[in-house]
Amino acid sequence: MAGVTAPQRLVQKARMLQGIRAFFDGLGFLEVDTPLLDATTNLDPQVRSVGARVNGQCHYLQTSPEFAMKRLLAAGSGSIYQIAHAFRDEEQGRRHRAEFLLLEWYAVGLDYRQLMDQVEGLIRHLWPQAGRFGRLAYVEAFERHAGLNPLDAPLERLREAAAEAAVGIDGTALSRDDCLDLLMSFVVAPALEEFVFIHDYPASQAALARLKADDPRLAERFELYFGDLELANGFGELTDAAEQRARFEADNAERARRGLPVYPLDEAFLAALQHGLPECSGVALGLDRLLMAMTGSRDIAEVQSLPPFEG
Amino acid sequence: MASYSTNEFRSGLKVMVDGDPCAIIENEFVKPGKGQAFNRVKIRNLKTGRVLEKTYKSGETLEAADVMDTEMQYLYNDGEFYHFMVPDTFEQHAADAAAVGDAAKWLKAQDLCEVTLYNGAPISVTPPNFVELEVVETDPGLRGDTAQGGTKPAKLETGAVVKVPLFLEEGEVVKVDTRSGEYMGRVKN
Repeated sequence: MAGVTAPQRLVQKARMLQGIRAFFDGLGFLEVDTPLLDATTNLDPQVRSVGARVNGQCHYLQTSPEFAMKRLLAAGSGSIYQIAHAFRDEEQGRRHRAEFLLLEWYAVGLDYRQLMDQVEGLIRHLWPQAGRFGRLAYVEAFERHAGLNPLDAPLERLREAAAEAAVGIDGTALSRDDCLDLLMSFVVAPALEEFVFIHDYPASQAALARLKADDPRLAERFELYFGDLELANGFGELTDAAEQRARFEADNAERARRGLPVYPLDEAFLAALQHGLPECSGVALGLDRLLMAMTGSRDIAEVQSLPPFEG
Repeated sequence: MASYSTNEFRSGLKVMVDGDPCAIIENEFVKPGKGQAFNRVKIRNLKTGRVLEKTYKSGETLEAADVMDTEMQYLYNDGEFYHFMVPDTFEQHAADAAAVGDAAKWLKAQDLCEVTLYNGAPISVTPPNFVELEVVETDPGLRGDTAQGGTKPAKLETGAVVKVPLFLEEGEVVKVDTRSGEYMGRVKN
């Protein structure tokens, strides 16, 4: 049947899911399940939420289970993992679908560097033939592959480099982080080989990571790449409720500035942080992408069980 | 005029780029995990036929191009303009040499062509995939040489020059693929 995944792919996926559960059960992590629907959603100005109407009220499909899982952590769950679908509107391409499968986990007591070891351990457990895992600091990755320092380079220099890398772009409309994101996608990632953890992102791209105590220009954030395919994003988790509230408010202000919808703050999540999130690190790993890597697929459609609904 | 956001981009979509009507050929969505996404787009300029690449921040919009492909019958050339007619409505359009471009050498009266209208005026003309045209000028045919497979140039009634087998004579009608300019066969009257 057209578009339906070959039985062999279904078996590969089932083995991967079993392997994940075996790995975390062995570490004593608890598998959890949190709601897909929520009354508020991710405030990241770069993320579009999918809306859903429930009993006449506006709800959203989660863009990741992050806030819900952190509430469980604050309530004393200990280390947890979840395999869940996540939804993001306006992301469509060979590597993107509006609906995708995520593995997200939080390791209590591990810092983000130890969490990178754990990510590597999981992937080796699922894929014994996996090759080399390297680590490269974000600043070094840019110096090596883009020939500039992402923290110090003047905006004009970044725009020049962006315009050189992306044919026919209007460089004048790019902010500093736009340029860095463009160079990451168009120049740095394509130069990566095998598995590479890019770590210590600029503070402006901290998202929900805390800043490094010894260098607040950088955040405890990492991404795992397989070649130029981005697989996972992890944080040394921000546990400071006041700082988190300030970042949410800044996100909403940026959304308003761009004419995007502004959402209510997730007060339940902020209350959980206020109550106390244990020191922990967390990571989300795209399972469709990991399957793409393991099976050498060029298109995410090859690893999803059924083709998306074409409306 | 309507506009399209990058997430509506798909091949065939007609949009305005740098003041010219263009058709999207390919659209690739690129996003670095978190952060700003971009669309890498290949487009064809419908006026010049040239293919160019562009990169847009995802969420940017392009104005829709008022472009329509219409099947029309070629009528005649008055020395400056090529005249076409929509068969159903008898509505006529005049296209200049720039709009007709390379199609000119295949245009024979009454043949059906695809004329691309932009804001109601022709900007490009696509001839039929196959045309049947008379040979008006070629070296004398070599009888009995049909198996040799050699070719010679032949000028057709519309001005096009194509390579034809050695045995063809002036006055014969040949079938030609306009996309490749290749001789396909002889048409017996």
